[in-house]
Amino acid sequence: MDLTTTYLGMPLKNPLVPSASPLSESVESIKMLEDAGASAVVMYSLFEEQITLQNQQLDHYLSYKTDSSAEALGYFPDMDLYKIGPEAYLDLISKAKSAVDIPIIGSLNGVSTGGWIQYAKGIEQAGASALELNIYYIPTDIGMTSADVEQMYLNIVKDVKSNVSIPVAVKISPYFSSTANMVAQLAEVGADGLVLFNRFYQPDFDLDNLDVFPHLVLSTPYTFRLPLRWTAILNGRVDADLAITSGVHTYQEVLKGMMAGAKITMVASELLRNGLGRINEIMGNVRRWMEENEYESITQMQGSMSQQNVSEPAAFERANYMKVLNAWRPDPTGHFSISQRLGVPSSKN
Amino acid sequence: MTQQQVTIDGNEAAAYVAHKTNEVIAIYPITPSSPMGEWADQWSTRKQSNIWGTVPLIAEMQAEGGAAGAVHGALQTGALTTTFTASQGLLLMIPNMYKIAGELTSTVFHIAARSIAAQALSIFGDHSDVMAARSTGWGMLFANSVQEVMDMALISQASTLKARVPFLHIFDGFRTSHEIMKVEKLSIDTIRALIDDDAVRAHRARGLSPDRPVMRGTAQNPDVFFQARETVNPYYLATPEIVQTAMDQFAELTGRQYKLFDYVGAEDAERVVVLMGSGCETVEETINYMVAQGEKVGMVKIRLYRPFSAKDFVGALPTTVKSIAALDRTKEPGSSGEPLYLDIMSTLTELFMDGKLPMPNLPKVVGGRYGLSSKEFTPAMVKSIFDNLSQDSPKNHFTVGIIDDVTNTHLEYDSGFDIEADDVVRAMFWGLGADGTVGANKNSIKIIGEETSNYAQGYFVYDSKKSGARTISHLRFGPRPIRSTYLINQANFIAVHQFGFLTKYSVLANAAQGATFLLNSSYGPDEVWKYLPRSIQETIIEKELKLYVIDAYAVAKQIKLGVRINTIMQTCFFAISGVLPQDEAIAKIKEAIKKTYGKRGEIIVQQNYDAVDASLAHLYQVETPAQSSSTIELSDPVSSAAPDFVKQVTAEMIAGRGDMLPVSALPIDGSYPTGTTQWEKRNLALEIPVWDEDICIQCGKCVMVCPHSVIRSKIYDEIKLTDAPEGFKSTSARWKGLKDQKYTLQVAAEDCTGCQLCVEVCPVKNKKNVSRRAINMESQAPLLEQERANWDYFLTLPDMPTTPDPLSFTNVKNVQLLQPLFEFSGACAGCGETPYLKLMSQLFGDRTIIANATGCSSIYGGNLPTTPWAKNSDGRGPAWSNSLFEDNAEFGMGMRLTVDKQTEYARELLSRANSSVNSDLRDAILQADLSTQEAIDAQRERVEQLKAQIADSDDPMMKDLYSLADMLVKKTVWIVGGDGWAYDIGYGGLDHVLASGRNVNVLVLDTEVYSNTGGQASKATPLGAVAKFAMGGKAMPKKDLGMIAMSYGNIYVAQIAMGANDAQTIKAFLEAEAYDGPSLIIAYSQCIAHGIDMAKGMNQQKLAVQSGHWPLYRFNPSLLDTEKGPFNLDCRKPSVPLAKYHNNENRFRMLTQTDPLAAKTYLKQAQKIALARWEKYERLSKQWE
Repeated sequence: MDLTTTYLGMPLKNPLVPSASPLSESVESIKMLEDAGASAVVMYSLFEEQITLQNQQLDHYLSYKTDSSAEALGYFPDMDLYKIGPEAYLDLISKAKSAVDIPIIGSLNGVSTGGWIQYAKGIEQAGASALELNIYYIPTDIGMTSADVEQMYLNIVKDVKSNVSIPVAVKISPYFSSTANMVAQLAEVGADGLVLFNRFYQPDFDLDNLDVFPHLVLSTPYTFRLPLRWTAILNGRVDADLAITSGVHTYQEVLKGMMAGAKITMVASELLRNGLGRINEIMGNVRRWMEENEYESITQMQGSMSQQNVSEPAAFERANYMKVLNAWRPDPTGHFSISQRLGVPSSKN
Repeated sequence: MTQQQVTIDGNEAAAYVAHKTNEVIAIYPITPSSPMGEWADQWSTRKQSNIWGTVPLIAEMQAEGGAAGAVHGALQTGALTTTFTASQGLLLMIPNMYKIAGELTSTVFHIAARSIAAQALSIFGDHSDVMAARSTGWGMLFANSVQEVMDMALISQASTLKARVPFLHIFDGFRTSHEIMKVEKLSIDTIRALIDDDAVRAHRARGLSPDRPVMRGTAQNPDVFFQARETVNPYYLATPEIVQTAMDQFAELTGRQYKLFDYVGAEDAERVVVLMGSGCETVEETINYMVAQGEKVGMVKIRLYRPFSAKDFVGALPTTVKSIAALDRTKEPGSSGEPLYLDIMSTLTELFMDGKLPMPNLPKVVGGRYGLSSKEFTPAMVKSIFDNLSQDSPKNHFTVGIIDDVTNTHLEYDSGFDIEADDVVRAMFWGLGADGTVGANKNSIKIIGEETSNYAQGYFVYDSKKSGARTISHLRFGPRPIRSTYLINQANFIAVHQFGFLTKYSVLANAAQGATFLLNSSYGPDEVWKYLPRSIQETIIEKELKLYVIDAYAVAKQIKLGVRINTIMQTCFFAISGVLPQDEAIAKIKEAIKKTYGKRGEIIVQQNYDAVDASLAHLYQVETPAQSSSTIELSDPVSSAAPDFVKQVTAEMIAGRGDMLPVSALPIDGSYPTGTTQWEKRNLALEIPVWDEDICIQCGKCVMVCPHSVIRSKIYDEIKLTDAPEGFKSTSARWKGLKDQKYTLQVAAEDCTGCQLCVEVCPVKNKKNVSRRAINMESQAPLLEQERANWDYFLTLPDMPTTPDPLSFTNVKNVQLLQPLFEFSGACAGCGETPYLKLMSQLFGDRTIIANATGCSSIYGGNLPTTPWAKNSDGRGPAWSNSLFEDNAEFGMGMRLTVDKQTEYARELLSRANSSVNSDLRDAILQADLSTQEAIDAQRERVEQLKAQIADSDDPMMKDLYSLADMLVKKTVWIVGGDGWAYDIGYGGLDHVLASGRNVNVLVLDTEVYSNTGGQASKATPLGAVAKFAMGGKAMPKKDLGMIAMSYGNIYVAQIAMGANDAQTIKAFLEAEAYDGPSLIIAYSQCIAHGIDMAKGMNQQKLAVQSGHWPLYRFNPSLLDTEKGPFNLDCRKPSVPLAKYHNNENRFRMLTQTDPLAAKTYLKQAQKIALARWEKYERLSKQWE
């Protein structure tokens, strides 16, 4: 049974890759991911904004009230060095690189052009096998057009690509007027891979305190549908590898992702919730399913159910949506599970 | 040997040599010597070694007494050991110093000499402390400048090892310890060359060791003690020569030759002054000037004051001398003269009597006092001293620098006498602590000092407020070494970084003719003129000043620097002062920025680069008219309604004219009126809270947390509104039984610091816009006039509502109505300590005596000019005093003993009073239960009746009773201090006082760090927190002071955090005060030394409790035999990870950024400890279930 795949030109032993998450915050846990069967690791993201904030915060508190009083010229000791830049992150990449055999994919979220380039180069120099640009951007400026937003994405990719030689994947959100066109443009300006999709942490309201608070919700198998659809639509139509992230919880999502045309599927929530052992379990089930259904290799199934290859291409388009809506009825038990309504098999291993 | 040029202050210079030449350093913070310990700790933490290649071991002790003990022990076992201290710290070391000298032990203590507290504490410089140590038998070597500090530190170290006499190496606090100068740094080779390793090994060999045991510290009897005491004489006799030899050797190495007594001046001088310390520099500068004018004047600089070498002293004097002035920077009331005067008198007369005086006649000698508590000592004063010596009968025992209109000791001087050379750039900068002015100036001095051939000097003057503190920087640059150890009098550059200062201070008073005046102004070059006060306009015209303006805040805002205008103003200074060519200056500023901010990240460096680049484009010269046109006048420092003392004395201090107050203006015994902050309207806040009466629920939380007591509320009859100014806000009171009354929440707009704690704590959110609360920040300026009128009117409303039933002041809602008797202190904006003090003053202020340990609370509580402890309309309020840092518990207990004794005696007298006092009244007073406020009020009325009955009595017993009658009304003693006092220096006393069973109430304002001296670790500092003296994170957990106190069983103990549970806080205060025995309240107090957003201080308190860092509890021994039991755990099991609390604070975050592994380990341990402690408390609470 051949479970290997290639992603961004890198041969991987299987198509299950832990995505950017706290699981890659130490060499020990990266090593554990490798031992658990991960074929590569996407590092947690280096956030330029966070570095800037840390710098400003440190400067503020070290400066605050200094030289204000005869008795206290300052309130903190003067340290030799603060590891508040990208050094700790880059150091982790270097250490991880020498500690494991699987590829390490750096992940970067920049703010300024200088930041994207500087940190991308740093990640390359630290030894990352590839780089994922985590363009986590919410355009809240009402004066900003969709064309502006798209151009910003393209510029980032162009800038980074012209400054590093490792492969570059782009993780995008699904919120484009024309996702297909956007992906095509990104591939055109040099993106070696597209990671579908970024999930934004959506804020929630606390009714007791009338507060807004960021709410981190782990993904569910249902969130897998969106990248599945777009992977199927885009497969074979753009010159870049596709990767599916979000909603990968069981062997079924891995298989579906491959069939839609993804080179890899990325997993995080499932590992955070149920432990690293899930990697082996999921891949074991993938293997079992492939054996039962007499598949020889992952590559064999990749793209087999893409829009280009299914008998009903319209299934990925709007008509299907209308049909689904019509099929929906309130569940008397209070569970509004469309999948249950439609008789979709439950997502258990 | 080539020596490196560095621009440093005296403390750094001393610490450098001390660190290089010692193995063990015991430290404890005290102003102005704290930075020496901080440097030493920093260097050792960074593994910087001494000259023998080993890193000195640093130990922070619990007190200076402890440091001296540790030093003594380390010395006795043979380690090269030192310490740094000043003032009261040195006094605490004296017992050990006798021992160390008696045992002929080589060591040097480095002293930033400072005043000793007498009628008041003073942190500033004079020689009172070292003069108090004269009799200990220590050598005393004085350094007069930063260069000399470095040099004498080494000479004293080399000498002590040879002489075996221990040395105090002394330099003037602040003037030298904090003055930044360009100096030659001694190389390691120089230090190595001067320290004799054989002497070091001999010192080591004298150390106690079981391998060659001896014993020291024996007890001796009358038979031998005296003789044994005389055995050391040869060592003292030999010391001067040893020191001179070291000085000569030093001269060979560095080219700087010192003598035990250095003479400066005319060879044929007839008038000579003798002194030591930084004043010598000013005298030398003046003498050089006077000699050039043909005057026969000179000076003897005393280097080695002890052992005093009469031979060398006289050898230094010119034989032509006819009159001598001995100048002492200390005062010994009741003596026949100050120490130096007496030394010189006895030296000269001894030699004269022995016929050994080298001059034909005994010179006339007078003594004078100068420079106490860093009082200015200027060339004008020096000249007046020489003028005095010219008199046939010169004034003796004189003072100079003050106006003594009581005993007429002072010398007159011509303040216009100015001798500074024209080629010295003299620049003054008026700034705020918050705007970074001083930091920028320190950078400028380094740039000029280290990058050019110029000599540079910087000295900085701070006011004593912790919020809105004003700074004045005095910078000099010139081609020759600068000896002007006094403030700039004739500035050729003046920068005013705060426009508001123009109407508050005479900022141009020291401007020289033709000087440059740089003003930070939101008004541009075309309009600024009309906004300048009349006096400023007139000075600009009269002195032909060149005026430049820049809107530095606008530039700072544009490049996101907030209120830090330092880099912008620094760039402007270089651009227009011409000290350096502009391009070169900008390149140097950028280098300095990289050096200063590089560690904090590229973005910070870039922002400051942007500031440099943006500054020049926004700097404009102003064309000034030939005539003044302004009608704007300088504002009065205090209101015209203030009492006479405040107007005549306090106001002068506020205006910066305190130096001109004569002796007669000041109280003789240090007693000052209370409640004076109300007269100083500081107008610090750009934004103030504004009340939304429509949605306010009148809970009182904002009133309770306000650190500056600027938010008040009152309930009153509606009729009172008749005279209210238009715009005075009012709404119906939301109190049961008082619904027909009106309620007003009023803000003192001119006293607010804008901290925003009130807004953060407000529980109400506007239903139409949840970002709005019932109290919201709004710009102060447009509201000022209205709010001033509102506040004045609010004060006229009755303090208490008229109620059918007395209100019970046991909850936050009602407590808000109590008048605070602690108001408008100079504490930091958002201070975590002051809300507790205010609460205490509201609940018990009219019958409270406070013993306040030295620290933040004694500074914002008792530093002149204005103080916050206030009186109510009956004239009653807290009586406050500060004794020392270390003895506060005992001081408070003494107060309690007085109360107990005098109350007892008053009761005895009353019981004995038969005919003079109505028996019903007598019995009522003697039998009164004083457990409630109402009962106390009733007793107060009875006592007034009693006093009326006996007022005219001639019976001595009744006269005594009259003088003590007020003691029949309950008095409460509060002992207040910070954790440095309670956990460290005062802990022994605190333990004893708590164990005494006396009815004292102890309030520990726990900031978990020495806040006042700048954030040194105390035993209250939590595990893993970064502090000075704990750079790698505090390695030991916080002491559980409450648990220790509870172990006695009969002490009331509460741990509180107002932000987490305000109701528990009130309960704790009430219970502690009611408990007839010792009480201890440990109050969580957020502090700027935590590195938090102070506006969120109360939220952080909540997190402290929720995370288990700060469990809330009350242990009330009066409930010991009840079913309920004495221990109340007032918080739930930790529900929030400790990391969440840590992450909000720079003190913890810093370690994650410098040593992430240690941070992680400490956090894990701290989390474990927090849970274990909570479980321990839980078990305790269940013990009585």
